[in-house]
Amino acid sequence: MRPHLLPWLLILPVTVFLGVFFLAPFVMVAKQAFVVDGVFSLGHFAQVASHWKFPIALKNTLLLALAVVPVQLALALLMATLVTKMRKGRDLVLYIWTIPLGISDLAAGIIWLAIFEQSGFLNSMLVALGLGETPSVLLSYQSPGMVFLAIALAEIWRATAIMLVILVAGIGLIPKEYHEAASVFGASPWQRFLRVTLPLLRPSLQTALVLRVILAFEVFAVVVALGGSLFPVLMSETYAYQFELLDSGGAAAIALVILGISVAFTLVILRILRVPKGAQA
Amino acid sequence: MSGDMRLASRYLYGATIALLTIWVLVPLGLLLINTLSSPEAVNAFPKRFWPEFDLGSLRFFAGFDGMIDALFNSIWVAGLTMVLSILIGAPAGYALSRFDFPGKETFRLLVLLTRAFPLPLLALPMAIAFIRLGIDDTIFGLGLVHTMLALPFAVLITFSLFSGIPIELEEAAWTLGCTRFGAFCRVVLPLILPGITASAIFAFVISWNEVFAAAVLTIENRTLTAFLLQNLDTSPLHLKFAGGFILVVPALVFIFAVRKYLFAMWGIANR
Repeated sequence: MRPHLLPWLLILPVTVFLGVFFLAPFVMVAKQAFVVDGVFSLGHFAQVASHWKFPIALKNTLLLALAVVPVQLALALLMATLVTKMRKGRDLVLYIWTIPLGISDLAAGIIWLAIFEQSGFLNSMLVALGLGETPSVLLSYQSPGMVFLAIALAEIWRATAIMLVILVAGIGLIPKEYHEAASVFGASPWQRFLRVTLPLLRPSLQTALVLRVILAFEVFAVVVALGGSLFPVLMSETYAYQFELLDSGGAAAIALVILGISVAFTLVILRILRVPKGAQA
Repeated sequence: MSGDMRLASRYLYGATIALLTIWVLVPLGLLLINTLSSPEAVNAFPKRFWPEFDLGSLRFFAGFDGMIDALFNSIWVAGLTMVLSILIGAPAGYALSRFDFPGKETFRLLVLLTRAFPLPLLALPMAIAFIRLGIDDTIFGLGLVHTMLALPFAVLITFSLFSGIPIELEEAAWTLGCTRFGAFCRVVLPLILPGITASAIFAFVISWNEVFAAAVLTIENRTLTAFLLQNLDTSPLHLKFAGGFILVVPALVFIFAVRKYLFAMWGIANR
């Protein structure tokens, strides 16, 4: 075999697989969304968008991402800087902090349900502290704020770890000399963080934010486990169109809306955090 | 900085780390308490903050109609995902680390690009395509879609693993008369095996945890996540908590097993 064919041969399986299971489904989902009775039409979109639940689901999804992602970014940055300074017990702390990385969103929703359900641990604690006599229903349509809080906490608890891992790896790639030079010139720890760590961390921040934001728009099982139908999001609407309304055209239309938002936000993040050409490692 | 201030900042540092550790562990502990309590205690109020060590909830979980089948379906799908994503992904990772070839950047971009899309949504059109192909509602079909989810990670992780092994080692084996394949098997494979295992485990966890595609693509042959999701409205609390616990346990073990590789994976794969 001619040696220069080898790399092509090695990447062939992945390329074929991506073609069949990534590119082709895209074309198919677009066709499902845009074609009504064999002709191009925006009918599915119009029908989906006119449903009373759609604006609520869109608003909920965006609000949740807006509330959750900045907290996660701050928390992950804090954790990453704390852990890089650690000498003793670093591995143990990192292991514990990355545990949620392996926990599915459904399990995370169930875990926080143990806290927020009516006979759950939050109510038990409130009663034990004398702050209430009878357990109140925390997750109901009468308390949308509490439902939002429970979902947001579960999301922050579960999905900060993925950002943490990326940021810790990124900080590990920054040469120590930069920090030493900065402190020689009298920079305080806070200044070093702002002027040295953050700018050099930009590629990792990019990856972490893109990945996290896309996952935030995909939020599904956490919401269903904690809020049921109280808190519709885009993904649960997609699921409802597919299974309850048996309308795969409608499901495809919402899927394309989620895809569109994801791509738009990815581009915005890449643009804001772009790495200058000359600074690329 | 004065001595007092240094001491105070050291305390603050330790306290923050302790607090964040508690924040991660306490919800898991509460789930454990519920799982190891009898169904009556799980539904009682107020809750005790200590488990009864009663296996009633877990026994109820195991006896629930269809649950054990769902558990096995999950294991099969995740196993298939693990094998497929490594078999398909690792050769590409090797190619990226060892060769410069036209189209390399385009290929890398295509792989990276997949991460910028909510991939589980692609299960929607696959549901229809699978009916035509006759693999709807099968472990095989779902395994293929889960492989799609795990594949970008498998490629990028193996790419970073292979890059960590100096090509000189292989070259030495070539000069000693090994073929390219022989050198790979005798020199690279033994060194890379722990890392490959780690990324295989990672693929397993991705599939094990996946909810949306599993719920869309299976009807009779539900995986554990899809089965739990489908029954959320109707199932009693102790069933939910025991199910959540069974979902979490392998994840804990797996993250422990791959912890060494977690950061190496992301360090190089980012670039």
